[in-house]
Amino acid sequence: MSETDRVDHGVDSGRRHFLVVATTVTGVAGAALTAIPFLASWKPSARAQALGAPVEADISKIDAGAMIKVMWRGMAIYIVHRSPDMRAKLDSPELTSRLKDPDSKESEQPPYAKNSARALNPEYLVLVGVCTHLGCAPINRFQPADPELGADWPGGFYCPCHGSKFDLSGRVFKDVPAPLNLKVPPYRFMNEGVVQIGVDSEVS
Amino acid sequence: MSATVPSPQSGERSRLAALVDWIDARFPMTRMWKEHASEYYAPKNFNFWYYFGVLASVVLVLQIVTGIFLTMNYKPSAADAFASVEYIMRDVEWGWLIRYMHSTGASAFFIVVYLHMFRGLMYGSFKNPRELVWIFGMLIYLCLMAEAFFGYLLPWGNMSYWGAQVIVSLFGAIPGIGESLVEWIRGDYYISDITLNRFFALHVVALPIALIFLVIAHILALHEVGSNNPDGVEIKKVKGPDGHPVDGIPFHPYYTVHDTVAVVVFFALFAAVMFFAPTMGGYFLEHANFEPADPLRTPEHIAPVWYFTPFYAILRAVPSKLFGVVLMGVAVLAFFFVPWLDRSRVKSIRYRGWLYRGFLIAFAISFLALGYLGLKPATPAYTNAARVFSVVYFAFFFLMPWYTKADQTKPVPERVTYHAH
Repeated sequence: MSETDRVDHGVDSGRRHFLVVATTVTGVAGAALTAIPFLASWKPSARAQALGAPVEADISKIDAGAMIKVMWRGMAIYIVHRSPDMRAKLDSPELTSRLKDPDSKESEQPPYAKNSARALNPEYLVLVGVCTHLGCAPINRFQPADPELGADWPGGFYCPCHGSKFDLSGRVFKDVPAPLNLKVPPYRFMNEGVVQIGVDSEVS
Repeated sequence: MSATVPSPQSGERSRLAALVDWIDARFPMTRMWKEHASEYYAPKNFNFWYYFGVLASVVLVLQIVTGIFLTMNYKPSAADAFASVEYIMRDVEWGWLIRYMHSTGASAFFIVVYLHMFRGLMYGSFKNPRELVWIFGMLIYLCLMAEAFFGYLLPWGNMSYWGAQVIVSLFGAIPGIGESLVEWIRGDYYISDITLNRFFALHVVALPIALIFLVIAHILALHEVGSNNPDGVEIKKVKGPDGHPVDGIPFHPYYTVHDTVAVVVFFALFAAVMFFAPTMGGYFLEHANFEPADPLRTPEHIAPVWYFTPFYAILRAVPSKLFGVVLMGVAVLAFFFVPWLDRSRVKSIRYRGWLYRGFLIAFAISFLALGYLGLKPATPAYTNAARVFSVVYFAFFFLMPWYTKADQTKPVPERVTYHAH
């Protein structure tokens, strides 16, 4: 800024420029700080967090090969009592070669469910019934060679929205839109017949 | 009033004229009327395609008025929302009519806006100096999509619920922050009462305000540069001795009267749909939405309302979630760049060659085809078809700098072509 600019009309434009910048910066910082309460008000409220507390489910009465649904945080939690037949092929290379993430490396599950059964106890499968693609509810199609899903269908879950397919451990197949295996929620066995969802198991 | 003194040069001035003077001394009423209506010179060769801008503003007013009346009986809570809509439909006097006006209006809005946008692509209405008119228009379109999305959750039907679930979880595809962003949008661990309440606030307060400001900006920008026309000729280049464009006619009374006819025809069609086919066979109001939201049961087949299906088909065509979401976003945002992607010397399709015409026709067909495919289940055959049409859709935008430049254009006349009726 030249000397002549400074004295024009008696205006000290250097000082004016400084004041404009300082006022603007302070104002923007103030507005940004004021925005925090408004943005934070969109987070789950104390009540929503309290309602997200753990739930218990009685699994003693589920027949082998059947499934129940319980609600936890507004999500359907699928609990499947897998029969020995359903568990038999989970490790077969014929199946795992068709899966996107057979070892659940990328997928979300507690450490105690990071195995081919994706469960604490292979007999009971506990899954979040929300498709990892766009949040639809996958349907149980446990019968192998389901007429709609083809002769090579080994049994599992099928999402009616966009055709994603999962095996009997909730592991996603290749060439479907869902990127990951179905989530396993944190859970533990209170005793042989009751499972609690929302609390991690001590077992690892 | 008797205290106000009439202007000195005419003792005979009516009291109305005196009132106008009184206002004009305090508010630019007459000046604005002249600038935007009685002395806004619009090209005299507007054709059928030029009705849709006016129709869009008519539908905007309709949506605002019917929306205000719906909020008088609607309750934005998970426990009451579905029942309050049924209450409006059955117990409120004429409630069914107001609600069907609003739901039919939503689809009508997109029909006229899509035709309005297609007009812009045909006659080069986005080109210099109308880039900002186009950008404000695209912002209106984004706002409108958000309005439609938030509004669709409000009846709390099962399709409302699952539609919101699917669209909100799109944000979960963003690496790192995705999951917490989704939780922040919902305000809960799932689509709940909390989500419904905030979507209501956005739908009835925040977005309508933004929409109205954007519409004003769209029209102010248009009136600053003047309207384009089917010939893509700048009428301001040839002015008469009075300083007005020779090929321009005042918007009022010429186009106000002309457009009134279109509005009447539009309302006749609108009323026909509203009275005889308000659900339009499940396309305007989806069947699954006639049962209340159920977080445990996904509808057999989730499809958004027809105006979103082209983008939905693109999303489904991509086997990767993140890439699908990105591509869907690009499909919408690509429109913003059209003024700079188009390298043609001429505006109107009348003077462009077959390259642009071909690409525009292919684009329009792809858009319609994707819209159809987005309504259908994702079978392998449909998915493959959606992939082909998606490629054509994006080719229209990404190859535009090349084909608009290579196109064989025809000489543009100095004046608009016009045949008096």
